Amino acid sequence: MAETTHGTGGLAFDKSKRSWPNEINIFFALLLIIGIFEAAGQLLPYMNGQSFLFDSQGRFDSIFNEQRLRIIILQVAIIGIIALGSTQVIISGGIDLSAGPLVGATAMIVMSFAQTELVNGNPNPKAVFGVWAMDLPVIVPILVGLAFGALIGCVNGSLIAYTGIPPFIATLGMFLFARGVSRWWTEGQPVSFPTEQFAALGSGMMPVFWFLSLAVLFHLILRYTLYGKRTYAIGSNEDAARMSGINVRRHKILVYMIASMLAAFAAVILSSKNLTAQAGMGQFYELYAIAMAVIGGVSLSGGRGSVPGTVLGAMVFGVIQSGFTYVKLDAYYQLMAMGIIIVAAVVLDKWRQQRAAARA
Amino acid sequence: MSDIDTHLSGTAFPHSEAPLGDVILETRDLTKHYGGVHALEGANFTLRRGEHVAIMGDNGAGKSTFVRQITGVEQRTRGDIIFDGKPIHFENPMDARNAGIETVFQTLALADQLDVPDNLFLGRELVKFRFGPFSILDYKAMRQRTLDALEKTGVKIPNIRGTIERMSGGQRQCVAIARTATFHSKLTIMDEPTAALGVQETAQVESIIRTLKEAGEPLILISHNMRQVMDLCDRIVVFRRGRICANLLKEETDGQDVVAYITGAKTQPEYADAA
Repeated sequence: MAETTHGTGGLAFDKSKRSWPNEINIFFALLLIIGIFEAAGQLLPYMNGQSFLFDSQGRFDSIFNEQRLRIIILQVAIIGIIALGSTQVIISGGIDLSAGPLVGATAMIVMSFAQTELVNGNPNPKAVFGVWAMDLPVIVPILVGLAFGALIGCVNGSLIAYTGIPPFIATLGMFLFARGVSRWWTEGQPVSFPTEQFAALGSGMMPVFWFLSLAVLFHLILRYTLYGKRTYAIGSNEDAARMSGINVRRHKILVYMIASMLAAFAAVILSSKNLTAQAGMGQFYELYAIAMAVIGGVSLSGGRGSVPGTVLGAMVFGVIQSGFTYVKLDAYYQLMAMGIIIVAAVVLDKWRQQRAAARA
Repeated sequence: MSDIDTHLSGTAFPHSEAPLGDVILETRDLTKHYGGVHALEGANFTLRRGEHVAIMGDNGAGKSTFVRQITGVEQRTRGDIIFDGKPIHFENPMDARNAGIETVFQTLALADQLDVPDNLFLGRELVKFRFGPFSILDYKAMRQRTLDALEKTGVKIPNIRGTIERMSGGQRQCVAIARTATFHSKLTIMDEPTAALGVQETAQVESIIRTLKEAGEPLILISHNMRQVMDLCDRIVVFRRGRICANLLKEETDGQDVVAYITGAKTQPEYADAA
């Protein structure tokens, strides 16, 4: 032991001492779950040997069942965008429960500025505002949505940073408030008939494009910028960050603003994809987003996790949803399985951390 | 029961002959009240360049409060602080660090999930490209400067890319101390740097403190360990119930004498109002 704690030298970066990245574990877990579904497909008598992810019936010019792959990623893309924000909030040591209702409220507001004046030659039957708000350039509803998200995030962040109340409480309040806003906006009426440009934002595979582009962007931001480093530092040891001169309050507000803007952007894509906005949209999205991050190795005690992990967590989510449909099991088994998997992911991660700490 | 070690006197250790420079830090009538609690009352203190001064005193005597006023962690109730020839008013710890006062806090100010360079540069990261909060970090430069600092202080860490949570208490303390070497501070303050360490780790930290002495860097060391104080410091300032009650040169005192001042059995005549 004396050799390792005394004297100079031996300072070089030793590759063998580098820890195994957690993302690899999640990737193996993902492969394992896919393997279970593949095996189920081969073993269950009523499946007729259909493959889960591979093209077993020669329907595609590929070894994969492309249709299923697309559905898997498409169905998690929008919640995945929210999960990118949840990831940052949780790494900073907080939690954001308001994302789901924020999606509902933002969708209502955004769609009101994205409506087209004439539907099949008749005036828009769902018009919220007058003609002035019709057929606006597509950038207008996007900016309105992002601004609303930024405002909500700013309120969340300021409450947490300046009153010192737990993030759980602050965002729980915002959860109810934002759901109220989404119902009040049109007194419960759906808002529909967007412009073609707006409808194009979320059509087809566009949600996947946005999800992956934003994932790459925020991975780079968390990994290589001051913002990312300080988000980890605050989640890791808030007192140390403060004593080191980091403006913790301002930084937290920024983190919650970015998370809420991501949720607001998800609302833009979701309302565009559905061609309508309804007050109840986004139900449970905040919890699914948190679950994706947690499955992806983001620690609820802060300071640990990554965007690639969350993307893998989202894929686990998508594979399970799709897999249960594939083996023709009802949706309630899906929920039970998800519940078990989330708890198992955290328990395994905790064991892994304890083992690593014991080795040191 | 006090946790002060009385068994060892420091007279056996040779003291440094290095000449002391001009005054680097002076406090006049430094006072801090927390509501009705007078945690620190009228502290007059001077420190010269190259001098290592120990601050001793029982728990709650005002040692940490004194340090917190100097390092900008808290705002003083009254009094003056003159650092490097200028009166100073630090708004926060960052101001103090920018001015050249580096502190190793009693509770380690390290982020457990970050690696060594990240912790050394916490709050003052080097950037390649400045763009507000989205400035691009210069990892390479931070790693290189970390290696330089560790070499300078003689700290050995098996892997600087490892996270702090995987390090021993001694290694953590060394990382905290290596910060001072990285930023060429004018004054280093250590608040009980070895309180939680084993014998071997304590020796390692003490050897770093000697390195600072040889480099002529002034130090304020808060410690309960009499042997350590006698071994490492030129002078001992004793706090009692929020006031300074003694200012003792190492060669004119011994362990028993210092304990008498700490416990209140003795008070120097010039500090008589503290009794």
